[in-house]
Amino acid sequence: MPPLLAFIPLLPLIGFVVLSFFGRQMPKRAVAILGAGTICIAAILTIILGLSFLQTPPAGGAYDQLLWSWFSIGNLSVDIGLRADALTLVFIFIITFVGALIHIYSAFFMWHDDDYARFFASMNLFVCSMLLLVMADNLVLMYLGWEGVGLCSYLLIGFWYEVPSNCRAAIKAFLITRIGDTALLIGLFLLFKELGTLNISAILHLAPDHFTTGGSNIVLITILLLVGGMGKSAQLPLQTWLPDAMAGPSPVSALIHAATMVTAGVYLIARMHVLFQLSPVTMMIVAIIGALTLFVAGCSALAQTDIKRILAYSTISQIGYMFLALGVGAWSAAIFHFFTHAFFKALLFLAAGVIIEALHHEHNIFMMGGLRKRMPVVFVTFLAGAVALSALPLVSAGFFSKDAILWYSWSAANGNPLLWVMAMAGAFITALYTTRLMLVVFWGDVRTPVHEHPAQGMVIPLIVLAFLSITAGFIEWPHNMVHLSLFSDLVQKVLPETVLKPDLPSEWLFQLMAVFVTLAGIYLGYLLYYGKPGIRWQRSPGLSGMRDLLFSGFKFDQLYNFLFVKPFVFITRINKSDVIDRLYNGIAQAALKLNSWFAISQNGSLRLYIVGVLAGILFIITLQILL
Amino acid sequence: MILVWMIVVLLAGGVVCWLVAQQDQLICRWIALISVVTAFSIPLVWFINNPPIKTPGNNWFIHYQANWIPAYGISFHLALDGLSFILLMLTFLLGTLAVLSSWNEVRERTGFYFFNLLWTLAGIAGVFVAMDMFLFYFFWEVMLVPMYFLIAIWGDFNRRYAAYKFFLFTQTGGLLMLLSILAMYFIHAQQNGGHYTFDYFALLNTNLRGSAARWIMMGFMIAFVIKLPMVPLHNWLPDAHSEAPTAGSLILAGLLLKTGAYGILRFVLPMFPQAAADISWLAMLLGVIGIVYGAMLAFAQTDLKRLIAYTSVSHMGFVLLGAFAFREIALQGVIMQLMTHGVSTGALFVMAGMLKERLHTRDINQMGGMWTAMPHMGAMAMLFVMASLGLPFLGNFIAEFLILLSTFTVSPVLTVIASVGLVLSALYSLRLMQKVFLGQTQTVNEIPADLSAREWVIVGALTLAIVILGLYPQPVINMVSGVVAGIAIR
Amino acid sequence: MINSAHMVLIVASVLFALGLVGVLTRKNVVFMLISVEIMLNASGLAFVAAGAKWQQPDGQVMFLFILAMAAAEVSVGLALVLQIYHQHKTLDVDRLKELRD
Repeated sequence: MPPLLAFIPLLPLIGFVVLSFFGRQMPKRAVAILGAGTICIAAILTIILGLSFLQTPPAGGAYDQLLWSWFSIGNLSVDIGLRADALTLVFIFIITFVGALIHIYSAFFMWHDDDYARFFASMNLFVCSMLLLVMADNLVLMYLGWEGVGLCSYLLIGFWYEVPSNCRAAIKAFLITRIGDTALLIGLFLLFKELGTLNISAILHLAPDHFTTGGSNIVLITILLLVGGMGKSAQLPLQTWLPDAMAGPSPVSALIHAATMVTAGVYLIARMHVLFQLSPVTMMIVAIIGALTLFVAGCSALAQTDIKRILAYSTISQIGYMFLALGVGAWSAAIFHFFTHAFFKALLFLAAGVIIEALHHEHNIFMMGGLRKRMPVVFVTFLAGAVALSALPLVSAGFFSKDAILWYSWSAANGNPLLWVMAMAGAFITALYTTRLMLVVFWGDVRTPVHEHPAQGMVIPLIVLAFLSITAGFIEWPHNMVHLSLFSDLVQKVLPETVLKPDLPSEWLFQLMAVFVTLAGIYLGYLLYYGKPGIRWQRSPGLSGMRDLLFSGFKFDQLYNFLFVKPFVFITRINKSDVIDRLYNGIAQAALKLNSWFAISQNGSLRLYIVGVLAGILFIITLQILL
Repeated sequence: MILVWMIVVLLAGGVVCWLVAQQDQLICRWIALISVVTAFSIPLVWFINNPPIKTPGNNWFIHYQANWIPAYGISFHLALDGLSFILLMLTFLLGTLAVLSSWNEVRERTGFYFFNLLWTLAGIAGVFVAMDMFLFYFFWEVMLVPMYFLIAIWGDFNRRYAAYKFFLFTQTGGLLMLLSILAMYFIHAQQNGGHYTFDYFALLNTNLRGSAARWIMMGFMIAFVIKLPMVPLHNWLPDAHSEAPTAGSLILAGLLLKTGAYGILRFVLPMFPQAAADISWLAMLLGVIGIVYGAMLAFAQTDLKRLIAYTSVSHMGFVLLGAFAFREIALQGVIMQLMTHGVSTGALFVMAGMLKERLHTRDINQMGGMWTAMPHMGAMAMLFVMASLGLPFLGNFIAEFLILLSTFTVSPVLTVIASVGLVLSALYSLRLMQKVFLGQTQTVNEIPADLSAREWVIVGALTLAIVILGLYPQPVINMVSGVVAGIAIR
Repeated sequence: MINSAHMVLIVASVLFALGLVGVLTRKNVVFMLISVEIMLNASGLAFVAAGAKWQQPDGQVMFLFILAMAAAEVSVGLALVLQIYHQHKTLDVDRLKELRD
């Protein structure tokens, strides 16, 4: 069974290599079959692998496969080695399975694009890198995947490179995540300095003995890892790239900026949970960042008009929930939310892609409307996604995962009522903006006519994802309702169980409150947006300042522009011709100046020279006589 | 003996090229190509036939010694170890590509051009194997003078200025080095009862103390850091690189800079361990300043070749940082950086040359949207831009990772600042990509052609090299492990 | 009695001074060459006088040497003068300043 492991990332890699060398000569059909086919086979392999993992769990709880030794010097030895335990399997499953659906969708979505092969090559490379990220058995290989997904994200955001704003968004995404990556890299250096190894299982094994809980080194290491995760997962204050990243094609947003890459930070923290548990301070910071992010991003989503930006802010907000869960120590709840979120957010993005295509690349939701009747299939699937996003109780996957997080944010040992309040507020806002999105886009008058309907191949992935958005939650129920916890049983082979506070109030109470908040959000949305074509209250001047603030995502962009971008550009611009060059030019100038002084004496008059010689002789003789 | 043949082939090839060019330029080009490839194959074939057996304490594969001017203790002493071997491989790889890349570019005085090219290569190869200080200095000058002509005759608009600057900077360093060599020569003779010799292995055992060691080391050090280059002695580099013809830039960036690093690894660190350790903080600091300063300057440039030239300043800062950490892993990283920087920056210069051939400009503001016309070149450029910003699975990452990982144990603060260089490298790299290949297509009179077969050979070879170095660097690491162990502090 | 060598040296000095003044004041290259010859002969005279004073052959050897050198110098000098006249149609040193820079 283990040899299968290498094939899972290898297949997309083969797809990438073939497509990037021969893609231009291949017919589109062949490109699509190769591009999507490799991922589909990888998904099938993953399912086979997963089944065998469940039936006969391997010794040590993980499949290992060493491919070759990457480099080894002295006490540093890094292999290209893969490892798949329960946590990794969950991620591989999402990456390949959702990835396969999105690839099938893209085969139709991108059909009219000239650069068909380039698109699939980049997508395949992305899947390969993402798989390496989660399957790596050491941190260096993980970093390879980590940078690889960053590269693919850059390539795909700027896929339509003729538009300057797309390229700017791509560069922004790459740079901001790179800041996080660099912090992560420094974290690796510190880890290596302390433990002398970069192998993940060795680190997890050695760490508890080496570090004292709350020691400054471990706090520093975990904070550096956290900053790395914040960059990739678009958490405060490194979140500004994700909304702009929506410049890429919709399948890209679905795969990279919703389902997989942006959850790399979650994976990193979950994978390194032993380190984080040794540093309660960092855990607290993770939880606070998650809570703040989910609230701030949720508020920003309220004011957006671009359908994809709404979903982007919503993604940031949902990842905030995952961070919150990680921070309070609800490990499996965080991974479970990742699991369900991947389905419904991918679905929402894919459906949004269909809508945007159908309406002549119209992104503004206030230019849409009335699509309920015009595009019924899209409406139904989008509704399923929206229901899951707003966590409607019992009928959606989002409920099961988000409810667990809400509960643990109070009840877990690290939980805190304040965090719970933030999470509840976030749940309210989520329901509100989801309702707003639904009502504005699908109800009301038709503002832009539908000019094409999605191909059959695009609809099928939507339906599959919609089905999963509703049902994927049923594998894990709250303890007080049904004793079914397949998911947490699986991931708790790797991750520790959540520790609860003693003597807690009843879980039912919390669930009721969560349900109430969700319904209240939906109801408020209904009041504000249903059947109000003009939506007069939105234009009121009293709210415009607020709306500007929310619309610009709390002015983070402007702040960074002012603090970092402008000074940097200014400094580099004034120093374009290199100050140090002045020094050497100064020396050259001085030499020339001296030359011009001495050149005066060299005027070509022979007789003057002879006078000079004579004067010199007289001078020397005089000197001789005098001394 | 093979080392002698290797250099003689290049020198003779150069002369023959010059003579033949009057009759037929094509034959001249072929002769140049054949002589470089022959020189390439000599050490390679030897290595394949006699895989060296590692014996502890002796890293040397070959020694060749003959008398040259015995009266002054000057001998013709060549030797090969792992470090020399991999640098020779790099020299001949890039040398071959340099000949190929000037195939069509050079149309005037072809014979003299290839003469200079081959003699520069011979000088560089000689520098990497010379084990007699006098001979080393001799080769040091042999590579300098033809390079001066390459820039001054076949360069761009501002070539005179660039060539003078290049010559003055390097010559200043070279003369200081000559002084130091002579000082060592006399001190050694004094200590050993008048036994005058320039031999490296003999001088290695010279007992130098205190300020004498410091001053003599400074002579070597300045010569090497000018070549490297280190901020603030880097100013010759952007001018020389941007004005030189494509092959010239390739050799400058890919090889000439490496001779400086080689000198540090071969002479400064082993000969003056104590004095070098005393200034290590300063060298590391200047290395870090170079990383950041070079990156910031690269970001501001509008001239494509100048931009790439400043990235070299930034990348070579890592070499200085790693070399003076005196750690095994860092030194391995330094040697890796020499290889990968040679390949990746060389490739960028080659592509800048190709673009200039097509667009007749080096100004990136006049480019843009080239991907549409030249998707293959765009993809290749993307690969090497990513290499230069240190993307894993390409060689540069391994180098920078090793250097930073190991330097961190010596000086965390400097390492953290150096890591900021990684972010800055992303900035200038993406800006380059953006300005040249992405964005809107600029109005150009004719649509430029994509890579030709000859250009594919050049770029393909470099791609293969950088990917192999990134995914399987172990052979290089094993090759130089003995050398590194000799320098590193245990 | 005044020393004869002393007298000869005075004559030589006067001769030398005459030559020097000639070089300094004349503009024509030919006359400058003649003045240089005078100065050479003045030094030759001094050598001979010194040789006679100390009864040494060196002074006369030196004079023969100067003689030979002066011949060579004049022949080269005149050849140059001819060329200069061909190219510039003048022998005025003040106008022949091409080697100034």
